[in-house]
Amino acid sequence: MDGIHDLGGQIGYNALGHTRDEAVFKDRWEATVFAMVQACARAGAYQNIDQFRHAVERINPQAYLDHGYYGRWLGAVETLLVEAGILTTNEITERAHALGASPNDLIAARPSQGANPATGYPAPRKPATEVAAFKTGDPVQTTQDSPLGHTRLPGYARDKPGLITACQGLWPYPDLRAHGYGAQHQHLYTVTFNSLELGFTEAFELNLDLFEPYLSAAEAIK
Amino acid sequence: MTDHTTPQSLRTEAIEALLIEKNLLTTEDIDTVLTTFSEQVGPMNGAKLVARAWTDEAFKTRLLEDATTIIQEYGFEGGQVDKLVVKACTESVHHVVVCTLCSCYPWAVLGLPPRWYKDPGYRSRIVREPRTVLKEMGLTLPDTTNIKVWDSSAEIRYLVLPLRPAGTEALDETALAELITRDTMIGVAAIEPLL
Repeated sequence: MDGIHDLGGQIGYNALGHTRDEAVFKDRWEATVFAMVQACARAGAYQNIDQFRHAVERINPQAYLDHGYYGRWLGAVETLLVEAGILTTNEITERAHALGASPNDLIAARPSQGANPATGYPAPRKPATEVAAFKTGDPVQTTQDSPLGHTRLPGYARDKPGLITACQGLWPYPDLRAHGYGAQHQHLYTVTFNSLELGFTEAFELNLDLFEPYLSAAEAIK
Repeated sequence: MTDHTTPQSLRTEAIEALLIEKNLLTTEDIDTVLTTFSEQVGPMNGAKLVARAWTDEAFKTRLLEDATTIIQEYGFEGGQVDKLVVKACTESVHHVVVCTLCSCYPWAVLGLPPRWYKDPGYRSRIVREPRTVLKEMGLTLPDTTNIKVWDSSAEIRYLVLPLRPAGTEALDETALAELITRDTMIGVAAIEPLL
């Protein structure tokens, strides 16, 4: 899906905030969130990493930028717990207020009110193939398709020419696994792009690991 | 660790309390996370692999061919690595790793990712202007060096094998491992020569 999480190539986020050393967890609540993610998995609130990633992608976009990594995970945890029926937004909010939280706080979680994201999105674009469609050295074109649901083709690499530089075998297909279709597998490839073909001005090589349904055969790049 | 409250810490506390009441979480679970990722998992694991690759050519060949088997042999904990691929820097090629869609990172060999790796600045810019970004981070590469960026968009994780610095010929594996920082294995720093 298009969203705030798809940051590659975006303009406007200049500060790198680089530090050579820092505490693994800045505050105890960050470690608590980490443990709650594990607890969510044990409780069956999500089945796989793709469902979790998709829950992060669906949080409030302002919170995505402002709340930091563990704030994003917190939003995903709450989203998943509410969607799974384990907790309700109201009981969480009441408890938070009792602990001193303000009614004006921005809440990251955005649990789905309608169709369940685990089942409510359109089905596969292409069925899995037994035999890999591409081999190392093949020129390919990435799809311009931007699905409503979870996908792992970054926006900056949509509808771009690249070259298959490694065949990585069959892997669970995130676009389906994130939405409860089970572990259908698809062939995965390392695809190498020339940065200038991606529309960037610095010259370098960029590599992505992309699933077969994102790719179609192309004419060789000059 | 600091101990001030924020909207996020309070909401975490609320969910924590509710999950504990439902027997879905314990405070021991949280202590385990703190201990595991503060003490047992971290860049020291990746540094062991790099130092050995610098001193053992046969190991380096295996590491570049099949790092996944090697980390299984070492038994590193921390998860998050179904397949590990190691990319070796040379005098003419520099590798750097990112995850633009979330924050994928090779936990088993580097521990949990630093804040800057997960924040919008690095994720948006390193795939657009890596030479400029690396320079801002303190790594100025010669114009002749080819940069290869690895955006971790599936379950394969990448580790950079940095160049062994000059002046380290007399050092053994343990001493070498101490020179190897997290940043050099992400590819945003090089190791200074020892003079």
